[in-house]
Amino acid sequence: MTMSESQFVLTMASIVFVSMPLIIAVCGEIITERSGIVNLSLDGSMLMAAMTGFVIAYESDNIWAGFLAAMLVGAFFAFIVAFGSIRLRQSQFAIGFVLTLLGDDLSAFLGQNYTRTPGPTVTHFGIPLLKEIPIIGPIFFNQDALVYFTYFLVFFTWFWLFRTQPGLRLRSVGERPEAAFARGVGVNRQRYLYTVIGGALVGLAGAAYSLDVKIGWSDGHIRGMGWIALAIVIFGGWSPIRGALGALLFGATKALASYLQSRFPEVSVVAFNAIPWLLMITVLLLVGSDFTERVILMAPQRMQRPLQRFLRVSPPKALGSTFVED
Amino acid sequence: MKSRQWIRWIWPIVPILAALLVTSLLLLLFGASPVTSFDAMLQGAFGDTSKTLSVLAFWVPLLLSATGLLVTFTAGLWNIGIEGQIIMGAIAASWVALKLDAPSAILIPLEILAAMAAGALWAALSAVLKTRGKVHEIFSGLALNNLAIILTNYLISGPWQPPEGGSFRGTEPFQDAALLPLLGESRFSPLSLVIALVAFGMVVVTLRGTLWGLKLKALGKNLRSAFLLGVSSEREMILAMMFCGALAGLGGAVRVLSWFDSLRQSISGGIGFLALLVVMLANYRMFWIPPISFFFSMVLNGAITLQLRTQLHSSLGGILTEMMVLFVVLFGDATKLGIFRKKNDHE
Repeated sequence: MTMSESQFVLTMASIVFVSMPLIIAVCGEIITERSGIVNLSLDGSMLMAAMTGFVIAYESDNIWAGFLAAMLVGAFFAFIVAFGSIRLRQSQFAIGFVLTLLGDDLSAFLGQNYTRTPGPTVTHFGIPLLKEIPIIGPIFFNQDALVYFTYFLVFFTWFWLFRTQPGLRLRSVGERPEAAFARGVGVNRQRYLYTVIGGALVGLAGAAYSLDVKIGWSDGHIRGMGWIALAIVIFGGWSPIRGALGALLFGATKALASYLQSRFPEVSVVAFNAIPWLLMITVLLLVGSDFTERVILMAPQRMQRPLQRFLRVSPPKALGSTFVED
Repeated sequence: MKSRQWIRWIWPIVPILAALLVTSLLLLLFGASPVTSFDAMLQGAFGDTSKTLSVLAFWVPLLLSATGLLVTFTAGLWNIGIEGQIIMGAIAASWVALKLDAPSAILIPLEILAAMAAGALWAALSAVLKTRGKVHEIFSGLALNNLAIILTNYLISGPWQPPEGGSFRGTEPFQDAALLPLLGESRFSPLSLVIALVAFGMVVVTLRGTLWGLKLKALGKNLRSAFLLGVSSEREMILAMMFCGALAGLGGAVRVLSWFDSLRQSISGGIGFLALLVVMLANYRMFWIPPISFFFSMVLNGAITLQLRTQLHSSLGGILTEMMVLFVVLFGDATKLGIFRKKNDHE
């Protein structure tokens, strides 16, 4: 064994910590996509939210004001996507993509006087008693309030989606909007609502980087994370728990890469940078390709269903489509 | 309808005014005068001959990429991976320029061919991942963009680093024979502009006048009806992507062989994403693509001068173009808007 137990615990705790914003963003996007709308703007809206959150928290010296502002920014970006696709009937992808680029440039411009400035951060807070539990305690319960909120968020999103009446309505507008509408569900009202809520969470995720994990703002410092979150939503099969596991897996891979980098300094640094993107293609291939299907069918009969449930995902049926109420 | 005719006429100007308004507000927020700033941008674009030639030089790869995207958009594909296709083209052209010793007449065609092949292959990868692996081209394209950037960084800091050591900035300058013939002291190659305009003309004719163009349109409009018409969606998708990738790769070659004289870290300069914006703004009106891409080239070159003069971040140029596209994407298609529609009139 090359790693002592305490080293292992520290590594795991840091994986949980750095994956936290990604988990929040994934939960937000899952809520949005379950209602049938794709908010493609994640990469730009997270950058905008990270910048806004940091600047507001820095100027007001109130970290919660920063988080609130970031959530408003995320919600506003999401609202543009919802309004453009529902009311103006334009392509969600086109709007989301332009907002991605706009958020990137706008955050660079508006935040130009605040780059690499130390600012407020969320304070560390270990939960008494719980943090004393061997191994699990220091990994999960010796973190900060935002991380504990994330645990709650993952569970609550899952519970809301799959165990409540409003959650059923939410999924119904994403799966069969005509049927939902015939049963009296205001399809587009639901879509507005959940797109905006999901967007607010995406904004929170952006600020979770600038006010917690990354401690500060510099332009483009989380570029790419929004796209990773969008890919994890697919890998997670639009389920918050599986999505959270996907985000943790991603965090673990990054930790592994930096560990390998320190072990094998002769391998070029850039080779390790390729890992997240290779991982992205690989996992999307794994859950999507016909090849996986064939491999599953080769497995013994009894194993096929669990394997299918584990490996295959299917998007909400009406994802990305518009619905005209009449 | 008649009384509303005037709205239809001024409608295309509204997004431009709205974008100018928003950027003016941003400038005021930072204590800069919009008039002097926009003047600085204009000066930066057309202030003297060398600046104008820079606008032209930046325009060429942008026009090539936008022309390629016309093909993929027609086929209903979101080729976000174009950025990576430009970079792979630049890498392939650099490879020929660095490794081969030959006169210009042989070297330049080889560089261009290598660049087009590399761009097409990188695009084909995205297409095959879509048709065989069910990976959406947005995600495969994005991952392939980043992998291309990482490959560039690896080459610059590793095998292709200049003799004095890798500085992460670029390779050593290519031999003179490898570079495109430039106009005077500028970075503009008239030959590349001719190639780009010919490519644009070819694509317009292909999309409007050939069976393949019709097939792509069918594919883009409705996958199922295309299938019923007997269009092999897989084949056409891969071909459309490779066509676009080849033009993007050519754009990458123009970047390394005229704008720069070596392979650099940010070789594409965001041209691929900019080209996506151009095509979205043109919204399938093909003949708007050359003027819009020229305008974008002007804005981005102007923004660099703005940054030098006022110390304001050059992302302002991007904001101006993106705002314009956002307004057009949201409100540009007037017939889809409620204000042009009677209450009980659906679809």
